[in-house]
Amino acid sequence: MTETRGILAYGAHVPYRRLDRAAISDVMGSGGGRGWRAVASFDQDTTTMGVEAARQALAGVSSDLAPDALWFSTVAPAYVDKTNATTVHAALRLDAAVPALDLGGAVRSAVGALRAALTGSGRTLVVAADLRVGLPTSADESAGGDAAAAILTGSSADGPLLAEYLGGASATAEFLDRWRTPGDATSRTWEERFGEQAYGPLVDQAWTAALADTGLTADDIDSAIVTGLHGRAVKRLGGRLGVAVADDLAGTVGNSGAAHPALLLADTLDTADAGQVVALVVLADGVEVLILRTTDALAAGRPSRSVAAQVEHRADVTYPTYLAWRGLLEVQPPNRPAPNRPSASASLRRSDWKHGFVGSRDTTTGITHLPPSRVGIGGGAVDDMEPAPMADTEGTIATFTVDRLAYSPSPPIVFAVVDFDGGGRMPVELTDVDPAEVAVGGRVAMTFRRLHTADGIHNYFWKARPVRG
Amino acid sequence: MASHGIRDRVAIVGMGCTPFREHWDKSLDDLLIDAAGLTYESAGVTKDDVDAYWFGTSQSAASGIALATPLRLSGKPVTRVENYCATGSEALRQACYAVASGAYDSAMAIGAEKVKDGGYQGLNAFPIPTDGTGRTLTAAAMFSLIIPAYAERYGVDEDELRRVVARIAEKNHYNGARNPLAQFRRETSAEAICEMPAIAGRLSVFDCAGVADGAAAAIVVRAEDAHRYTDRPLYVKALALVAGDGSGLVDPDYDFTTLPECAAAATDAYAQAGITDPRAELALAEVHDCFTPTELVLMEDLGFSEPGTAWRDVLDGTFDLDGDLPVNTDGGLKSFGHPVGASGLRMHYEAWIQLRDQAPEERRVNLRGRTKALIHNLGGYPGEMLSFVGIVGTELD
Repeated sequence: MTETRGILAYGAHVPYRRLDRAAISDVMGSGGGRGWRAVASFDQDTTTMGVEAARQALAGVSSDLAPDALWFSTVAPAYVDKTNATTVHAALRLDAAVPALDLGGAVRSAVGALRAALTGSGRTLVVAADLRVGLPTSADESAGGDAAAAILTGSSADGPLLAEYLGGASATAEFLDRWRTPGDATSRTWEERFGEQAYGPLVDQAWTAALADTGLTADDIDSAIVTGLHGRAVKRLGGRLGVAVADDLAGTVGNSGAAHPALLLADTLDTADAGQVVALVVLADGVEVLILRTTDALAAGRPSRSVAAQVEHRADVTYPTYLAWRGLLEVQPPNRPAPNRPSASASLRRSDWKHGFVGSRDTTTGITHLPPSRVGIGGGAVDDMEPAPMADTEGTIATFTVDRLAYSPSPPIVFAVVDFDGGGRMPVELTDVDPAEVAVGGRVAMTFRRLHTADGIHNYFWKARPVRG
Repeated sequence: MASHGIRDRVAIVGMGCTPFREHWDKSLDDLLIDAAGLTYESAGVTKDDVDAYWFGTSQSAASGIALATPLRLSGKPVTRVENYCATGSEALRQACYAVASGAYDSAMAIGAEKVKDGGYQGLNAFPIPTDGTGRTLTAAAMFSLIIPAYAERYGVDEDELRRVVARIAEKNHYNGARNPLAQFRRETSAEAICEMPAIAGRLSVFDCAGVADGAAAAIVVRAEDAHRYTDRPLYVKALALVAGDGSGLVDPDYDFTTLPECAAAATDAYAQAGITDPRAELALAEVHDCFTPTELVLMEDLGFSEPGTAWRDVLDGTFDLDGDLPVNTDGGLKSFGHPVGASGLRMHYEAWIQLRDQAPEERRVNLRGRTKALIHNLGGYPGEMLSFVGIVGTELD
């Protein structure tokens, strides 16, 4: 029996916050536009968004299908030199034998990682995330969006594929359409019309080759996802494929760069019927075309939170706050000492807790301890504990407060004492929340965040967010 | 567990307390020299007459050398102690036990904190390297959790409870206005406090202890030697300390309406001192009013009010200067500010002058034949706390 490769699971993360593009011109007198762009919260970066997307992808997946490789791709890495995929790996509590690699640098790397995973071997979790920043009033600022998506690739021998990879093609060329020097927060572009004409023949070449590779005609393709950061080329060239083009989420999320191909694929898979043929066409320093066909297993294999649901559950952030979150507007912090850098050795000793949110459960009393404890509060023997993974457990707010004095990159801190379903209590910071909406009895879920950065070290840990939708 | 106490075996024979201020012109050394000098004078001794020293400071210095050097103590055992915000009381506890053991004839407990050199408002924790997962909340926010929890448990309207805790601040500022050692000496009304903006939960700045520099000290000797130093010694009736196991932050049964470590320390202290009805037997109490809700629940945890009724007692004036059991007659942390190492000894200083009829006329407690005072000093937060409760009295039992 021939094995077919394809998608075993997928998930996406669209941040809770949005910027109404009209707010840009309201403040600046120019820029902006219609619709909204997704905004990573002050406590999110590409790594934490990648973790959330990957958790969505793996939530319903049996341990038999655990990835045997993790590839993380972004244009906005939290670290260079140091691997970011290892943080995702730790948050997902993957086995040490699973390699975690960054495949980064360019927007194209993310779709390249997806192609390599679909055409390679084993079960590879491809995580793509991007945090798109443009100078105030720029087209990149309003057109960009922050998001992440994760796709678990594998073969039909691993388990039911949600979509089969039918084939594809690639076209590559060296030309200056968009570029960024390492260290810069924003990109520069050449004249728009140049890029459009440069992409034209590459789209034709890759599209023709992909159809030939799969033995399909354009009529066989039910829908095409066409994306790339050159908006004009995407629109013009996508229109001449002769295939219905899927919504690109420009009005609700914005273009999430490296994450966008996988995000749009996730959005399409959220609603596609079985047997649909979907072409993913990505314009990035050339063209990548990947063609997939959905299966009967798709309906039962979707993640719990669709892209559409995440688009729907949102709250606007003001433009000045957005600028402050991105470091484009420096605001006065509370007059308190900034936090210290976390200790590397202490962080490694407690990686299961810090990155994986694993507490301990007393095997005699059954009491869950957060953080993990070697000695229980209910008496009993030392080290009479088993690991208690709590990242996917929801909880209820027992009491809460709003702290307007404590240091935070975005005051005030909303803080709640959370009682977890099935046992375990922890006082924890809330995020993606407005103080006025917090109430005793409110339901929360855990989310992986960046608490602060000190001495160049990002302090990652978990917060709680209100359960929505 | 055995807790036998040392009732009537040790006496305080001299005390001193500096003004609590933003002492921009005084160093930690200056504060120590001033407090020690007042205390030597009070007991009629010199530094060489004191056999051993316990120095409490939380974040201003480390080791006994930080006391021995400014005072130029030569050849003396000097120990630095630290136990969060109960550091000052802990220094006294250690000194008392050393004398009670017979190891020394006399000892000084001295506590000091130089807070105002840090450049930030508020107390600043010493940075211990960690995995970065600990809470970063302010103490104000942690104690603000009491208000909604208490309102919920006892069915008190939260706005009403907000006025109750403001009434506690009003009382303490009334007392502090009559104390020349206090930092804040202006009366403030509960109504004005309620109208201030919230900084943590429902608490305003005036629901929080201030920030000040200060120092205070005591000299203790064996009880049988006390009259060599003073006609009116203060006998140590009880010294209780409970360090919580942090279970309140782990255990879903904890509801933030009580401070169990304080209740446990009080139970131990009452047993040591032979007190069965604290509200009737105590002349006054100095308690750790770091935040106004703290004092509210302490009235219940220390056994002054039945659970769920302290808010009524506060409104009834029970703990006012002329009430049934005056609490924080010196103005408390609210009026003094909280130089961590000094506060516990500052509280004892108030018992020292009130029980010995030395308090200024305008805030002198009517003792009504009562001879004992309670001192309560805590460190930490609801759910993760340590508590000291001490009792002193002018009469041997």
